Amino acid sequence: MAIDIDTARKVAKLARIRVEEADLPKLAGQLSGILGFMEQLNEVDVEGVEPMTSVTPMRLKRRVDEVTDGNIQAQVLKNAPDAREGFFAVPKVVE
Amino acid sequence: MSANTWTIAAARDALRKGEISAVDLTMSCLTAIDAGDTLNAFVHRTPEIALEQARAADARLKAGDAPSMCGIPLGIKDLFCTKGVPSQAASNILKGFRPEYESTVTSKLFGAGAVMLGKLNMDEFAMGSSNETSCYGNAVSPWQRKGSNVQLTPGGSSGGSAAAVAADLCLAATGTDTGGSIRQPAAFTGIVGIKPTYGRVSRWGVVAFASSLDQAGPMTKSVRDAAIMLQAMAGHDPKDSTSADLAVPDFEAALTGDIRGKVIGIPKEYRMDGMPEEIDALWARGIEMLRDAGAEVRDISLPHTKYALPAYYVIAPAEASSNLARYDGVRYGHRAKLSHGDGVTEMYEKTRAEGFGPEVQRRIMVGTYVLSAGFYDAYYNRARKVRALIKRDFETVFAEGIDSILTPATPSAAFGLGEMADVDPVKMYLNDVFTVTVNLAGLPGISVPVGLDHQGLPLGLQLIGRPWEEGALLNYAHVLESRAGFVAKAGKWW
Repeated sequence: MAIDIDTARKVAKLARIRVEEADLPKLAGQLSGILGFMEQLNEVDVEGVEPMTSVTPMRLKRRVDEVTDGNIQAQVLKNAPDAREGFFAVPKVVE
Repeated sequence: MSANTWTIAAARDALRKGEISAVDLTMSCLTAIDAGDTLNAFVHRTPEIALEQARAADARLKAGDAPSMCGIPLGIKDLFCTKGVPSQAASNILKGFRPEYESTVTSKLFGAGAVMLGKLNMDEFAMGSSNETSCYGNAVSPWQRKGSNVQLTPGGSSGGSAAAVAADLCLAATGTDTGGSIRQPAAFTGIVGIKPTYGRVSRWGVVAFASSLDQAGPMTKSVRDAAIMLQAMAGHDPKDSTSADLAVPDFEAALTGDIRGKVIGIPKEYRMDGMPEEIDALWARGIEMLRDAGAEVRDISLPHTKYALPAYYVIAPAEASSNLARYDGVRYGHRAKLSHGDGVTEMYEKTRAEGFGPEVQRRIMVGTYVLSAGFYDAYYNRARKVRALIKRDFETVFAEGIDSILTPATPSAAFGLGEMADVDPVKMYLNDVFTVTVNLAGLPGISVPVGLDHQGLPLGLQLIGRPWEEGALLNYAHVLESRAGFVAKAGKWW
């Protein structure tokens, strides 16, 4: 299926990646090429096949519900581009 | 021969006999790294950490408490989080990130006494087959075509790991493999690389690309080294819920060299149209070597092979789009400079546009598209169904008595850096044609160097094993390695 410029713009928006208007035609072309390649999957008879969910047939382990760490606020914030007063800081969200 | 050229096995024996110290061994690698700038393999060097670890290893060796990896100098792929050391998955979006924690794999290696020389170049977020998507620039292969000085790719995504091991900048390196990222670069550079069974090695602290496919493994100069290093990396980890709670067998002890009566499958679907004659001839030679060693060779069919690449290029981007949603400019890494009036959405969009390179952006958007309302069933669910069929193909042949499968590792020898710059992205994806099936099915696979092509470049063969049987797989690889007698090294030009 060919991706048009509007769809490319919408996908970029959903992915939260800014794409300049001038770059949208090239992006749409590349996405169309990749999705075209995936069209081959339509040749496969998948009737009655369950989608694969786990790679190895094993039950995921559950750990005991207990606190195993914490009190590491400084470490958590250490790599933040902007941290203030013990919190991550972001531009104003609510007017 | 200078100590940096040694195998892990040789260094282990020399260290234990006191013929060399871990500090001297480490120094020889640090010297080689400094002389190997042109290869752009090591992107963050950690000589202070290396020498401190080497001194500690010498103390352990002296005390007689030395596991096999004690004092062995390694390169670590930039995808592994290493405490206090830049770990940025070759992406500008993680520029400046220094983890406050250590990945399980590096913790285990350091616990066994291994030495970290530094972090290795790779494709951004492990997305690429040529190490050309890295924010650090290309890693360069030590190999060149006969009579040419054109710089070649070491492969990808673990390109820095492959270049560093092949050029003897370190004894071995860690790699990760989501669709072939250990095995393809190993084949391009004449070294050994194994992707273990999904769940054998903990993914905790490894920057996630596609969580149902990612698996870490060693890249080494010999099959024996791969066995020794995998032993130290493997094992159950409560911090990775997909890590298997299974005992890790003694992989080195499995290298008996005896494969008599074992059944090796040759899948007809791996004979691709347009495959170079040399690859076909190499494959035929590999078959002869295993047969000569007493294995039975049988033709098999894996009918859904053709659909592995398209299924992979739905599933991997889908998982990546979800995993990479965490790079939002809030908790770590890069945040774009904002204009007056920009809100949180502009912060996300600008940060991600600046921080991610074009290939990563493309894959995130492909993933976003195939997971979006209206297309989820048509693409993502269909791909997961095809994945189930691909896995079933392998289960069927294993149930019929096949012990291992022999295939080419790559559809060609290494290509020149920049040669693929103008081609369609799909063309680059074809590099993974022989390796992705193994990730989709969660199986172990190993690439072994077997010969040189007419240009003097290495070519490898891949062996695929039954789940959890890395020991047996390494043994088949060991037999192939001994019979192939591959000893060629890149001539030093750098």
